Amino acid sequence: MRFTNTFRVSLRALRRNTMRSILTALGIIIGVAAVITMVSIGNGAKSMVEAQVAALGQNLITVMPGSFSSGGMRSGFGFSTTLVPEDFEAIANDVENIDGASPEVRDSQQVLANGLNWRTNVNGVGPDYPYVKNWPLTAGAMFSEQEVKSLAKVAVIGKVVAEQLFPNEDAVGQTIRIRNLPFRVIGVLGPKGVTPWGSDQDDIVLVPYSSHMRRISRRTSVSSIQIQASTPEAIDKVKVAVEDLLTQRRRGREPDFIVRTQEELANTFTATNRTMTLLLACIASVSLIVGGIGIMNIMLVSVTERTREIGIRLAIGAHGKDVLTQFLIEAVLLSTMGGVMGVLVGVGASQLVAHYMGWPILVSSLSVIIAVGFSASVGVFFGFYPARKAAQLDPIDALRYE
Amino acid sequence: MAPVVQITDIHKIYDSGEIPVHAVRGVSLDIHRGEMVALMGASGSGKSTLMNVLGCLDRPSRGTYLLDGINIAELGRNELADLRNQKLGFVFQGFNLLARTTALENVELPMLYGRHRKHSAREIRERAMHCLEIVGLANRYDHFPNQLSGGQQQRVAIARGLVNEPQVLLADEPTGNLDSRTSVEVMGVFQKLNEQGITIVMVTHELDIASFCKRNLILRDGVVVRDELVSNRSIAEHETRRLKEAEAAAKLIAHNAA
Ligand SMILES: Nc1ncnc2c1ncn2[C@@H]1O[C@H](COP(=O)(O)OP(=O)(O)OP(=O)(O)O)[C@@H](O)[C@H]1O
Ligand SMILES: [Mg+2]
Repeated sequence: MRFTNTFRVSLRALRRNTMRSILTALGIIIGVAAVITMVSIGNGAKSMVEAQVAALGQNLITVMPGSFSSGGMRSGFGFSTTLVPEDFEAIANDVENIDGASPEVRDSQQVLANGLNWRTNVNGVGPDYPYVKNWPLTAGAMFSEQEVKSLAKVAVIGKVVAEQLFPNEDAVGQTIRIRNLPFRVIGVLGPKGVTPWGSDQDDIVLVPYSSHMRRISRRTSVSSIQIQASTPEAIDKVKVAVEDLLTQRRRGREPDFIVRTQEELANTFTATNRTMTLLLACIASVSLIVGGIGIMNIMLVSVTERTREIGIRLAIGAHGKDVLTQFLIEAVLLSTMGGVMGVLVGVGASQLVAHYMGWPILVSSLSVIIAVGFSASVGVFFGFYPARKAAQLDPIDALRYE
Repeated sequence: MAPVVQITDIHKIYDSGEIPVHAVRGVSLDIHRGEMVALMGASGSGKSTLMNVLGCLDRPSRGTYLLDGINIAELGRNELADLRNQKLGFVFQGFNLLARTTALENVELPMLYGRHRKHSAREIRERAMHCLEIVGLANRYDHFPNQLSGGQQQRVAIARGLVNEPQVLLADEPTGNLDSRTSVEVMGVFQKLNEQGITIVMVTHELDIASFCKRNLILRDGVVVRDELVSNRSIAEHETRRLKEAEAAAKLIAHNAA
């Protein structure tokens, strides 16, 4: 018998039991939809975290003050005041394989302009800062090396500050007052959004670190030094070089700094995430297998229930092979239709979740291919046993079956 | 010309139960092309068993069966299926139509398994429709079996048996569940087919139904005890007319009585 005929026979058989066919496929629909949604959620969350970590800057290495001890009492990390601008200069001059570096002096100040005022983060940084932090300006320009050296009273402001202080006008060229000193706004930073830990990065004013330390905060130490390695492979080398250089500059004193790479930061996030995705995918796969067993169950019941039908077909001239193919096609049709429906439902659900979570929609085409392929093989695998059982029936016995 | 059906000393023993049942005990029979044979006998005399053997659904325990000169014993499972598909039409004792499948699709079924012919879907449809016309059910082609009366289901089953233009049509109690009027209708269909050259073998309990055939066989305890030609053959057309007249007369009497 030609394949098209068997196909027609299978379609008719499925149509005769529309409700049962739908219910059978439902197991697969749910399984496939679950796999796709779960993997999408995992991917979405991962890419979200990755985007946030990448937004911190690329190939970033951060030097932070370590602990210090005085009179036997030891402070925690970040309290040492011995990370100084000279450390930064030494790094910028001597360490190889770096694309840029900038110190960061963090402070919080009331900023006045235009009859308005706003409390914000006022940070002293170097000219490389926007580059290192992967943070382009939308207007104006960053201050130069020269302006750092001359303790210039210039500022580059973040989007939030620009909106708060200059709601109706161009911020570049205006003057803001910090600690009663006038700073000329020479640039506006592009939007960067909220950090994974929830603070608004756009609420910021950048001034030359030299001006910051002398004129605003009167501090002698910097809060951190940000370094950008030229390639991802160079990160570890740079880290070691920085550690060596700073240790050498300490001349035998206890190391009072720590060097962290961005990777170390990101890993914590992605590792939890990967575990989650894997877990979700596992749970979803179980439901897919359960769906497959559902198909086998229905097909087995259906072989028993349709013994008479099979008997009639065999009596009328069907070969065992015809019956086998018919039942296999039925099973595969059921599971593939279920698979396709499942993909639709899964993609829909992923979109919904992505919409509510504000994630990018990340239905991986691989998960779609695997899910549909798997559901079709579920059909073949779980359909084969019942189909063979049907094909091996003896016509006369099948006809007598009550 | 050689007989279409030639069986010699056929035995069938069922040994599935505790004691083996010897259902057919040595039947020899020649049936020639164009014959119309009625197989009679008491319940349990082995009629269905013999029919199943003739229909190549079951193999005899002993004896040889030549169908159109081909020895059945030498054929495999698939070859037997092809033989059933091409040379035989079988009308089962209990219709055996596919449920929830339209009359037309039921009739199409044997053609879907036809191996030697390559019909298009349209040809298949047209042929099935033609066979429904022969049995007078063309207007019910899209009905499901549960929407058809017993007689109509029986006729769908006959149409299905005809659709591959068999040489022999085997019918196991085709009128068993029908009232006398519908039985005569079915016999009319059979007689028409027989005139067109199809050999017919049918089982029946009723003598007056058997009288529509050309030859009567009587089976008792698995052996043929009588084999005779029908001398006074009934013709379905006449019988139908007679029945109609009788009905009309009955109505008239009822009318007068009222
Ligand atoms: N599958 C079977 N297994 C065992 N015994 C069987 C089987 N089929 C039929 N028989 C026995 O074989 C004998 C003949 O049965 P068969 O069905 O041929 O009778 P029949 O003449 O067709 O009767 P009826 O007129 O009631 O249809 C009976 O005694 C029956 O019990
Ligand atoms: Mg019987």
